[in-house]
Amino acid sequence: MMKFYRFLNVFFVIVCSVASLQALAQSARVTGKVTSSDDGSGLPGVSILEKGTSNGTVTDADGGYSINVGTDAVLVFSFVGYASQEVAVSGRTQIDITLETDVTALSEVVIVGYGELKKEDVTGSIVALNSKDFNKGVTASPQDLLLGKVAGVSITSNSGAPGSGATIRIRGGSSLNASNDPLIVIDGFPVDNNGLAGVANPLASINPNDIESYTVLKDASATAIYGSRASNGVIIITTKKGKQGKPKVEYDGLVSVSTPAKYLDVMDANEYRSLITELAAQGISGLNPALVETLGTENTDWQKEIYRNALSSNHNLSVSGSVKSIPYRVSYGYTNQEGILMNTQMERNSLNINLTPSFMDDHIKLNVSAKGSRIFNNFNDAGAVGNAVTFDPTRPVRDEVSPYGGYFSWLNSGATSGTGNPVAQLEQTDNKAIAHRLVGNAQLDYRVHFLPDLKLTVNAGIDRQESEGHNKAGLDAEFARNASGVVVGRNNSYSGMNESKLLEVYGNYAKEFGKHKVDFTGGYGWQHFYRESFATNRNGDNTSIVEIPPFKTENFLLSFYGRLVYSLNSKYVLTATLRNDGSSRFKDHWSLFPSFAFAWNMKEESFLRNVEQINDVKLRLGYGQTGQQAVFDDYPFLATYSQSTSTAQYQLGDQFYYTWRPEAYDPNIKWESTTTQNVGLDVSIIDSKLRISIDGYIRETKDLLNDVKITAGANFTNHILTNVGSLTNKGVEVSLNATPVSSKNLTWNAGFNLTYNKNEVTKLILYDDPGYIGLPGGNIGINANIQNTQVGYPANSFFVFKQVYDASGNPIEGLFVDQTGEGGSVISNEFNKYRFKNPAAKVLMGVNSRLDYKKFDFSFSGRISLGNYVYNNTESSLAFYNNAYSLSHFRNMPKSISDTHFIDRQAYSDFYVQDASFFKMDNISLGYNVDKLLTQKLKARFSLTVQNAFVITKYKGIDPEVDGGLDNNIYPRPRVFLAGINLSF
Amino acid sequence: MKYNKILKVAAVGTTLFLGSCISDLDVKPLTSNVKTSANVYDSPEAYKGGLAKLYASFVLTGQQGPAGQSDLAASFDEGNSSFTRLLWNFQELSTDEAVWTYTGDFGGTLGNLHYHTWTSADSYIELMFARIMAIEVIINEYIRVTAGTDNADLKLFNAEARFLRAMGYYYGMDLFGKMPFVTEADEPGAFLPQQISRADLFAYIESELLDIQDKLGDAGFEYGRADKGACAFLLAKLYLNAEVYIGSPKYTEAITQLKKFLAGGEFSGAYSLAPNYLDNFLADNNTSPELIFTLNSDGEKSQSYESIWTMIKGNTNGWGGIRTTKSLVEKFDNGDTRDHFLTANQTLEIEEINQRGQGYGVYKFRNINKDGSTPASDITGFTNVDNPMFRLADAYLMYAEAVLRGGTGGDVNTALTAVNALRNRENETPIGDISLGELDLDFILDERARELYFEHQRRTDLIRFDRFTGGDYLWPWKGNVKEGTSTESFRNVFPIPSSDLASNPNLEPNDGY
Repeated sequence: MMKFYRFLNVFFVIVCSVASLQALAQSARVTGKVTSSDDGSGLPGVSILEKGTSNGTVTDADGGYSINVGTDAVLVFSFVGYASQEVAVSGRTQIDITLETDVTALSEVVIVGYGELKKEDVTGSIVALNSKDFNKGVTASPQDLLLGKVAGVSITSNSGAPGSGATIRIRGGSSLNASNDPLIVIDGFPVDNNGLAGVANPLASINPNDIESYTVLKDASATAIYGSRASNGVIIITTKKGKQGKPKVEYDGLVSVSTPAKYLDVMDANEYRSLITELAAQGISGLNPALVETLGTENTDWQKEIYRNALSSNHNLSVSGSVKSIPYRVSYGYTNQEGILMNTQMERNSLNINLTPSFMDDHIKLNVSAKGSRIFNNFNDAGAVGNAVTFDPTRPVRDEVSPYGGYFSWLNSGATSGTGNPVAQLEQTDNKAIAHRLVGNAQLDYRVHFLPDLKLTVNAGIDRQESEGHNKAGLDAEFARNASGVVVGRNNSYSGMNESKLLEVYGNYAKEFGKHKVDFTGGYGWQHFYRESFATNRNGDNTSIVEIPPFKTENFLLSFYGRLVYSLNSKYVLTATLRNDGSSRFKDHWSLFPSFAFAWNMKEESFLRNVEQINDVKLRLGYGQTGQQAVFDDYPFLATYSQSTSTAQYQLGDQFYYTWRPEAYDPNIKWESTTTQNVGLDVSIIDSKLRISIDGYIRETKDLLNDVKITAGANFTNHILTNVGSLTNKGVEVSLNATPVSSKNLTWNAGFNLTYNKNEVTKLILYDDPGYIGLPGGNIGINANIQNTQVGYPANSFFVFKQVYDASGNPIEGLFVDQTGEGGSVISNEFNKYRFKNPAAKVLMGVNSRLDYKKFDFSFSGRISLGNYVYNNTESSLAFYNNAYSLSHFRNMPKSISDTHFIDRQAYSDFYVQDASFFKMDNISLGYNVDKLLTQKLKARFSLTVQNAFVITKYKGIDPEVDGGLDNNIYPRPRVFLAGINLSF
Repeated sequence: MKYNKILKVAAVGTTLFLGSCISDLDVKPLTSNVKTSANVYDSPEAYKGGLAKLYASFVLTGQQGPAGQSDLAASFDEGNSSFTRLLWNFQELSTDEAVWTYTGDFGGTLGNLHYHTWTSADSYIELMFARIMAIEVIINEYIRVTAGTDNADLKLFNAEARFLRAMGYYYGMDLFGKMPFVTEADEPGAFLPQQISRADLFAYIESELLDIQDKLGDAGFEYGRADKGACAFLLAKLYLNAEVYIGSPKYTEAITQLKKFLAGGEFSGAYSLAPNYLDNFLADNNTSPELIFTLNSDGEKSQSYESIWTMIKGNTNGWGGIRTTKSLVEKFDNGDTRDHFLTANQTLEIEEINQRGQGYGVYKFRNINKDGSTPASDITGFTNVDNPMFRLADAYLMYAEAVLRGGTGGDVNTALTAVNALRNRENETPIGDISLGELDLDFILDERARELYFEHQRRTDLIRFDRFTGGDYLWPWKGNVKEGTSTESFRNVFPIPSSDLASNPNLEPNDGY
């Protein structure tokens, strides 16, 4: 830490001394005003440079400027979003000019790691989206802005809980057991992706309204500059900044109603009663006619009892402009989102401050930003979702004589254990957390006076996140039991903190030498990650206190990196990057990650230059190596001992001793390395009305960081984190964007993207043994797994028995194909299972459209997922007759029992591995714009949006989109109706 | 000029900063409950903490009771990974003494134990194999760090560690026959251990136990510690089953060890029969004079889902996981007070293994004290009952059996007295003496069931009497048939797990698998 502050001191000394320098003396003076072709108003912040020199200035708030130049100088006027102009002074002293807005110029600069590049110089697979491309009506979860928009990027929200996190995958997973999350960089700050207790979604602390653009770096040549964190792609988020000029005030308001999209089809009380009567007559499930008499008399739809229509509101107020020529933007956001599950809620307050002053004729630019947020979450008990499906529909919600808070409970009616009353769960649980986060950074760019092509950058920042939460239930909460099933309530509390500090120092040199253009970036980065957590568990009456030992851990990441982009005639572009990363997590700290890429701007060739129908053609080839250091532990190579907690002592004599356990470790553990080869083609035709990008890639990951079984007797345990195995992802991405209609009153933009990815494990264990059954996964019970990873198959394939069907297509209970041919009991031999399908979609597609007609705009976006399979664990664990009465209590049953009529659970039947292909309409939005509302200056937009509008699928569960492929009663994703207003002046 | 100055400052600053930052990469754990191998054993107390882990490894499952920081892979349910719980599954569920309701556990394979249909891929088999060998590697490390010392305490700790290693290998040899074999000469790493034959492992265990016999503490010197009594008992167990393990009898050697427990023997005075049978199975059973070696639990400080917790919480009064077959129930005559069955709402017959209402429950282990009070820690849901691994009654029965099987150095009248002593405990209604004529091997096998049921012994006993597999002795659902049917003799040992065969080419499968 001391070192860090010492450096900050040095950093500020440099800043101050540079700022105090006087501008160089000039000769003849030229003055004038720069205006916008839009509305003729003065344009502040336009940069004016004497061509071929470092002499320059910027316009003031009204667009005025004054500069001393030679009388035969040429002035270059440039401003983001406008076409640059070169004007010869020719002895004039007054030059007023009008800059033309340039739509293509907006997208001409692409943000890349540690800087930006002109689009023509980009060689990697990069997709940039700015706010106009975003999905509408996104309030809580920033990742939803991107949903379905980018080929190769899949975003699956973890559940329908307010502010829920999401699993983001770029081109499938490059890793098996280590993290597959992309690196997320917010305003130049690579953020810690480690979760924190009490925080549902690390991204949720960012207000979606503050996001200016997303840039997704997909292939290794684009990501390699991030080295050991780049294997799963990089998402760069840039937030909105202030602009020179008068204050601009913007208000966004949204109200929404969320409703349950679908209920699981279970029996109502009458259907259930007749089922039980029938089963009792046959003596199934331990039922008899006497037990039928004990059924209740109510008709409770438990799912309707726990869900509600939830109201949410969202307000954002931002002010941007400049004070004493310092551009600023301040925004405040408030989101209050209620969940459709009773008593669940997320509330966020966020404040985002941005200052972007420049000094010394723009030689020094400073970008100071602070993003603060406070998130309150009421998680409640999502276990109620499953219990509502199972709870006996003949019982009442409330029971006056019940000692358990007046809720009907099985314990109260004779059973020693049973399904918890879901309404009681939601009303008696107090499971809340508050999290604070501050991301602050200051970036200083210095364009060197005597060498204006060289820009030096220092970026220092801190990201600190704290949370505090509790999970309580009283002594009368029947569902809050201890390990032995005794109702003891609970009072658990926890807190945690994640902090990372960053320092980056880098330089960029860009220069054109005739036909040659060189852009070099080189730098050094230091980042420290620290995490701690504390937890205490108690019974509801504060007895049985168990202190979980405090957890504190840290790691450092140091990097040297460089990127050279060389362009010849703007035709051929070569990019080479090299990053040397040092991680404290490995004994051999350092490793090199190189990449090379080539792009050919074919339009510049003589044979295409004059073909008018073709506006742009670019071929891209890339190769690169990236790494993975997101292992599960910060000290995996160290020989350590762990002390036991107070509840795992051992008695010798009269004394209890805290024990010391040696931990298994691999001293030679190293990075996972992924090699990516990418071929891409970008074509733009018919006046750029149709833009096509096609990418193909092969990604091979070696030295997979796996927590794998080690052979018995080799180490202190039976598993170890080590480098073993490899896997391959091969894929194709197609992205089409079209503007079929573009006229004064009507504009139509449409987009389509397609992703095909195939994953295959190519090596898994140290010794290839055909008898090896593979790595188990997908827990569905005590030591019961439904998935398996094996060489030659996609990771996490379902591992099941092949169901035999009768002539009319109904599954025959207990009859499975004897795959080994060994005879005997098929189900008692694991080798009779086979690998059948997997959760990853073969093909993902995104479709979106935006229509602007006069003052109306209409847009939608949706996704198609093909070939994704789901194990319907809800059905497999509930829909069998012996489940109707179990552990002395009744349990409701899905109506799909009529598909199987299974008497016993058939958990491993491939019947439950079901095609969950779907089309989802994620977002439909209609807007109306008013230019002059009440006064001249007030602009307004009114909008109506539906999220999760409809789903087309033949999958019978609640939702075919299941992260990980095990459908287990997750908090269902709601359908949301939103009405919004946007005001600005 | 000024720019040069700036650049100089920047250059110097950067150099200083970089130099000091690179050393940031050398990190050490931050919490006091994690130490490195260099500083962990910095006090005598710490050495005892290391020793306590060796004992704890046989009953607890990780460093955070009752679950958390598991010793074994998280892909397994930690609660099911306790050594005693797994041992109980193997030794009891595969016999006439117990059935398990939730046959879906372990991916639907746990029922295979009772049916004698297990395969090398059943994960409880892999789990036990891993548990035993993980214990051995941890013990080897401890033996290394306590070797070559003159400190009397450490020498004793070292001998105890060797006892525990021998005990771990004993159970491995009993269950699996051949085992991977590692000693303190093998540093932990990613190497491939060699396999040792059952006979060689037998010889190793024997030589280790004989070598440490005099190095261990005197019988009963400290509760919970392995002492000379425990060592003699384990040797006796090894010798009594020698015909099974190595094909040649060692009953005389067994008698030599067991005589130490009888009147006038080396340990006379150290142990005596508990006045009440149940004293050995209650929350304060640490006060029973009969226990020779225990694996300890405590409701507050030493929590896990070990076998006794499972037997208490999972009986038919609890979550109903465990019941027994009529074959055990019918071994008890009227008046035998050792029959602690739960019969309310239970049928004697088992029509379906997964019906908790079928078959009697067993209520032998109880988390109450001798005086009937409930320990304060009962509220945690965990028990104070220590696991009576070796107890005097078993020594008496082993002695009688060794004599009847032709071992020399003992005599049948002493055997009769010892057996009758179990049936006439001080505070119990006498069950009634048996006569010399009634004392035969069949009686011993049944008497062991009556005295030692649910004590992790039954499978070994049935194999010694050649009644575990084959058709000579049937019980309900043996061979997956309600009346019971013959099973194949290769199942007298369990298979080497398929995943271990795959990960270590030095391992050969057992015959028949």
